[in-house]
Amino acid sequence: MSAFRYESQVRPPLVTGDKTYHQITVDIVRPIENRPSRLWWIGFLTAVLLLCFGIFSVTRQVIYGVGQWNLNKTVGWGWDITNFVWWVGIGHAGTLISAILLLFRQGWRTGVNRAAEAMTIFAVMCAGQFPIWHMGRVWMFFFILPYPNTRGPVWPNFNSPLLWDVFAISTYFTVSLLFWYCGLLPDLATVRDRARLKWRKFFYGMASFGWSGSTKHWQRHEALSLVLAGLATPLVLSVHTIVSFDFATSVVPGWHTTIFPPYFVAGAVFSGFAMVQSLLVISRKVLGLEDYITIEHIDVMNKIILLTGSIVGVAYLTELFIAWYGQNPYEFFAFFQNRANILSPLGWSYYIMMGCNVLSPQIFWFRKFRRNIVLTFFMSVIINIGMWFERFVIIVTSIYREYLPSGWSTYYSPSIWEVGFYLGTFGLFFTCYFLFSKFFPVIAVAEIKHILKRSGENYKEKMGPEEKESVEAFAHEFEHAH
Amino acid sequence: MAIKRFVVGNYDDEAVLFPAVKKVRMAGYKMHDVFTPMPIHGLDVAMGLRDTSLHTAGFIYGITGTATALSGIGYALVYDWPLNFGGKPHFALPAWIPIIFELTVLFSAVGMVLTFCYLCQMAPFVRKHHFNLRSTDDQFTMVIECTDKTNIEGVQEFLKSTGAFDVHVQDAETGWWLGTYSKNIPSVDNAKTILV
Repeated sequence: MSAFRYESQVRPPLVTGDKTYHQITVDIVRPIENRPSRLWWIGFLTAVLLLCFGIFSVTRQVIYGVGQWNLNKTVGWGWDITNFVWWVGIGHAGTLISAILLLFRQGWRTGVNRAAEAMTIFAVMCAGQFPIWHMGRVWMFFFILPYPNTRGPVWPNFNSPLLWDVFAISTYFTVSLLFWYCGLLPDLATVRDRARLKWRKFFYGMASFGWSGSTKHWQRHEALSLVLAGLATPLVLSVHTIVSFDFATSVVPGWHTTIFPPYFVAGAVFSGFAMVQSLLVISRKVLGLEDYITIEHIDVMNKIILLTGSIVGVAYLTELFIAWYGQNPYEFFAFFQNRANILSPLGWSYYIMMGCNVLSPQIFWFRKFRRNIVLTFFMSVIINIGMWFERFVIIVTSIYREYLPSGWSTYYSPSIWEVGFYLGTFGLFFTCYFLFSKFFPVIAVAEIKHILKRSGENYKEKMGPEEKESVEAFAHEFEHAH
Repeated sequence: MAIKRFVVGNYDDEAVLFPAVKKVRMAGYKMHDVFTPMPIHGLDVAMGLRDTSLHTAGFIYGITGTATALSGIGYALVYDWPLNFGGKPHFALPAWIPIIFELTVLFSAVGMVLTFCYLCQMAPFVRKHHFNLRSTDDQFTMVIECTDKTNIEGVQEFLKSTGAFDVHVQDAETGWWLGTYSKNIPSVDNAKTILV
């Protein structure tokens, strides 16, 4: 292994401008050391207001019960579980970028991984709210945990996908948090060592755990990142697979399909990348990080959006085909009457889903559109609306007219408190994201420095003699000399 | 731990640092550590550090998680309170796989991170001596440990000749202690800094 890997001249640089290591530190740490802008305060306070509305809505729901929502006997899962699946899905892009692309040795991930991982953590926090408060008697939530109790003991049903979900989501949250924080340690130490103010020295000194940058520590850190990435890769696939089992293991027409796990995972990555685009297109502009989150990064992520959007499209069509080919009358009714029939009460939602998720991303076949920032931002919002409708279609259009016509509930619309809860999670998400962008480095400083010499615009020249020399040869020589 | 004397050499480029590390080792000086702002692949090999066993620890934690989940679920659903779920067998292994997998990952990840922090002696409110504050920014710091027999001037000259732009001597605590970074530490303020 040579000390520095050579990168082809054909690849565009991932760090633009004339950068040195010190310049990278200064650029990325600047938002932390400066006072927040007026724009930051406006965004932050709006997010806090939304969060307050959410807390108010949830408080009403705890006091008066789930009856505050417009759910009924037939539509028992409405906005609440739709939002849960939507938020969990959004989280998946962060782990994909940080773990799967690390295993694939994709250099471009270094520009976006920190923000994407933070997004994952905040999105999973938001997602977790929905099943918890949906319980109604939320103060008894610990009944779902397996602990020796005086009621028998009665254990939770380990064969139930709903309990798998509890384990999957909590493991996912923990592992994502650890992965994110371990990556942050060296960068927090950088902020600590630059700090002039006393509170900053205290806070970043505590938060960086006394990181020193010793070579042995870096060696362990690299090993840890690699193994955590190896663990997070099957984990992220398992999480949305298990979420899809909540539906797929039931006998509800429209849910009971074996295609769900891969289809859910692709959809999750799709919506997650759309959210990463929404956040980073704004962040790079506001924080002045255009040299690190370049148009190349946006281009590559749009390619992934195109790929996963098309996978989702194939899954939709496969479902329709199997509903026809399988000749199960209930399945056929769910797909061709409840969904694909635009004149049915909720048929419109199916076409919003198809339009936003399958048709609109196809414009990204064109390089010109992939590299258009305004269009990318617009598309990222469209895709997230589409993906929300996907979950709405799966959940509500399957159960509102099931087997027995006497149990049909032809129309379901959310109450203001259901909507308020959803808006409240937006508040939670953006409150966290604004705080993160103020107090933590939004880009992995050390990782950018690591790729600078081979992917930086001013360094992408040629391998020097030093890079060609092998350290293994030196180690061998050393052993013989002593 | 004890306070020791070190010769500190600062480099501004890893391309200079690499040959310097090799020369220092060949010359037989006792290298305390090299501090870098980012991971440098191959530097551990050049310094002669052995590979880390953190992977093995992760594997052991992982199988501990597998065993915990399997035995825990087995105890609850087969031995302690066998419930009939739709006439399925009590020992329903395929249905347990998701939780077994999740606990394997959870134990492995948490265990590895805790082991990492233990090995690197890192925790909140742990304080260490940092030889060069710029070594988390853009400088590369090589630290040579001195003994009674070390010719300190000789070491400084040698580091200069390998390309260090700044060489000096520091007396420093080698271990960690409880404290915050907002307080000044006497050992740093009183450290004898001798520039060549």
